[in-house]
Amino acid sequence: MGEHLIKMPDVGEGIAEAELVEWHVKVGDLVREDMVLAAVMTDKATVEIPSPVDGEVAWLGAEVGDVVAIGSPLIRLKVEGEGAAPLGGHEEARAAEEQAQPDAIVTNAVGAKKAPGAGADQPAKSVARRAPDDVRRSPGPQLHGARVMRAEGERPIASPAVRLRAREAGIDLRQVSGTGPAGRITHEDLDAFITHGRQVSQAPRLAQKTSVEQIKVVGLRRKIAEKMAISNSRIPHITYVEEVDVTALEDLRAALNTSKQADRPKLTVLPFVMQAMVKAIAEYPHLNAIYDDDAGVIHQHGGVHIGIATQTNAGLMVPVVQHAEGRDLWGCATELSRLAEAAKAGTATREELSGSTITITSLGAMGGIVTTPVINYPEVAIIGVNKIMVRPVWDGATFTPRKMMNLSSSFDHRVIDGWDAAVFVQRIKTLLEAPAMIFLEA
Amino acid sequence: MKDISCKLLVIGAGPGGYVCAIRAGQLGIDTVIVDAGKPGGTCLNVGCIPSKALIHAAEEYDRIVHLTSGQSPLGIRTAKPEIDLSETIEWKDGIVRRLNGGVAALLKRAKVKMVAGWARFRDGKTVEVETETGRQIIHADTIVIATGSAPVALPNLPLGDRVISSTEALALTSVPQRLAVIGGGYIGLELGTAFAKLGATVTIVEAQDRILPLYDAELTRPVGKRLHALGVEVLTGAKAKGLARAGDALLVEAGNGREVSLAVDRVLVTVGRKPVTQGWGIEELVLDMDGPFIRIGERCETSMRGIYAVGDVTGEPMLAHRAMAQGEMVAEIVAGHKRVWDKRIIPAVCFTDPEIVTVGLTPDEAPRGGEVRVGLFPYSANGRAMTRLGEDGFVRVVARADNHLVLGIQAVGQGVSELAAAFGLALEMGARLEDIAGTIHAHPTQGEAFQEAALKGLGRELHH
Repeated sequence: MGEHLIKMPDVGEGIAEAELVEWHVKVGDLVREDMVLAAVMTDKATVEIPSPVDGEVAWLGAEVGDVVAIGSPLIRLKVEGEGAAPLGGHEEARAAEEQAQPDAIVTNAVGAKKAPGAGADQPAKSVARRAPDDVRRSPGPQLHGARVMRAEGERPIASPAVRLRAREAGIDLRQVSGTGPAGRITHEDLDAFITHGRQVSQAPRLAQKTSVEQIKVVGLRRKIAEKMAISNSRIPHITYVEEVDVTALEDLRAALNTSKQADRPKLTVLPFVMQAMVKAIAEYPHLNAIYDDDAGVIHQHGGVHIGIATQTNAGLMVPVVQHAEGRDLWGCATELSRLAEAAKAGTATREELSGSTITITSLGAMGGIVTTPVINYPEVAIIGVNKIMVRPVWDGATFTPRKMMNLSSSFDHRVIDGWDAAVFVQRIKTLLEAPAMIFLEA
Repeated sequence: MKDISCKLLVIGAGPGGYVCAIRAGQLGIDTVIVDAGKPGGTCLNVGCIPSKALIHAAEEYDRIVHLTSGQSPLGIRTAKPEIDLSETIEWKDGIVRRLNGGVAALLKRAKVKMVAGWARFRDGKTVEVETETGRQIIHADTIVIATGSAPVALPNLPLGDRVISSTEALALTSVPQRLAVIGGGYIGLELGTAFAKLGATVTIVEAQDRILPLYDAELTRPVGKRLHALGVEVLTGAKAKGLARAGDALLVEAGNGREVSLAVDRVLVTVGRKPVTQGWGIEELVLDMDGPFIRIGERCETSMRGIYAVGDVTGEPMLAHRAMAQGEMVAEIVAGHKRVWDKRIIPAVCFTDPEIVTVGLTPDEAPRGGEVRVGLFPYSANGRAMTRLGEDGFVRVVARADNHLVLGIQAVGQGVSELAAAFGLALEMGARLEDIAGTIHAHPTQGEAFQEAALKGLGRELHH
């Protein structure tokens, strides 16, 4: 008794693996040549694998549902005589081709008994063609044409009849891939090309990368992931975008930065936004809140503790400027720069990283036109600051260049209505557009 | 004479022209063909066909001479043969006449109008023909130039009584005693061999260092051997300087610079052929040229819209079957079919003794950087070759090493010209060595050497 190994056949161009969807035999079964042993499924078609020989099933190499790589051992059969158990290397490849490939019977979604999900408009095409007989008999080197790609500039190989048909059909044979020996273009290849167009062709393309790297989500990244997931799954977000003319604000900021005392930090837009928020919250205090949704209680805070979403090397962190309502512009700016540095250096304390009641997210020059900020759960509002850019603005008589900035803000729609959100943002807009009001209208 | 207007006008009724006209007629195109000579061109009248007739007669004669020499192992005794070359030429002329008539009948059946006379372009759409009955003007939408080629003459050996071209050689009514052949290409060797077999003392004068310089030495070796056996002297690296003053000797500058005087009765000049681009009004057209040839594209179109060119006037290889394929293609293009020259190979045959066939690439010509496998099977190991006393020669197959695609096939041996069909088919179909090795070749035939050569290329020959 010998042994005959059957491998997962090459079921189609570019397919590296196939799912075993059905065993038609079990260990101990006697099989006859051409009896179907198994069915495997690719994304295109279900392929039945027939037995190339008579024998007894000795071993099955996969379970139904397993995804099996092309060329992997699939079935061992006990056979009369010496068998043809291939032993490695060239011989193995040859045997696999000889035994499995030429006889793989391809059925498409329409015809196959078992072809769930296979596209009905994708009939089996260049898959597992029957190799010419000489390939099987020949003890010389085995060359399977289907894998032979023409080098650039090489003329396609096709019989005169195929060439004529292609010419009549207006097909450039250089576009057609050949599945015949040595890459010869057969009438069937031409049929497939005519039916399916370029799908079948090997259009020139860049090398494809198929590697997949596994990266464990741990540490801060896992925390961020969890927090974002909670926020997004629990909070129905409403995002409101408004544009703000910050020309006056920028003039003021420039003037302040020019005339500031040396020990004071350079002002960014954020301290102004914080000051405007404090002013707006004084009028609309329900936006400065923690919503304990499990308990069904909103904790509306008197103090305005503004979380500042900050990008660090480890990931997103949100240090908190406590009691912004108790700090002036310079105070906010000083605390902001201290916290940002601490966060970036990894020295921020637990306290400095918690206790916020509302959050600002800003990517500065990378701020984009619009963002859809995710609320820093369990807060109820987040103010997104987009980048400042000069845009033409119609002033009623002419277009004038104005420094414009968008605010993209999200709110917890469970507790904040769209109207409230709009009113709040409009108030901030008003304050930022006439920054004197931030400081005068106490 | 009333002007003729037609859709297609073909100038030249050689293999390229008449095939074009017949095919066009079959496709319902209103076609006119013009030629000053009999239909069939050089090939049929003074080329392929008559030379093969002469070669055949010479072979038959030589076979009997060989039997009388006492060296034949066949056990046949016979008396010394005689030949009346004028009868032979009459027989040859009869064949030519039959074929002339055949071509004319085919043209007629295809409803092609034949105009006898010398054509000359007036402009890109108009041609005037000097006929026996006067000047005929022909207007055509499309014109195909198929004017062919003519033998090249040597300035120091103008054609005359003693100095002849292949055309006159095929009409000689007696075998010259001493014949010098200038040019050791296929035409010179074919005719030189024939006359040698018919009893002439033949000297081949070749300027390059070996005969058939366009073929590799391995292929031409059996031909050289046979020439030697026939007593043909081959002077290589030699130049014909001209006739001696008395006119009965050819002065040759031999390879070593020494001047030799060859006593000759005839000098046959076969130093090549040149395209016929003069005498038909090419100056009235604006055609791009490719050296001495008319430049054509992959549809045989010239640089002028509506004017095509086929055959020898368009370049090498100057072979009738190339012209025929071009002519057929152009007719179909004129009929509106989508056609383009997509032939992989044009086979070439030398009817020397033994014959040479080449199809595709030789081992030396194989693509740069590409590795090849070469399988060579000698006729000394082929049963059929032995039984016809033709053991000299071989079949050689050249294939790509990576996928075994056959790139070229060459053969030299008795009667191998007929293998051109199988060789050509193999290449045009894109055969691999396995395809040839896997095809049963009838036994006992010389074609078996083809299969064996392919097997050898695969490293598994059976009979060698």
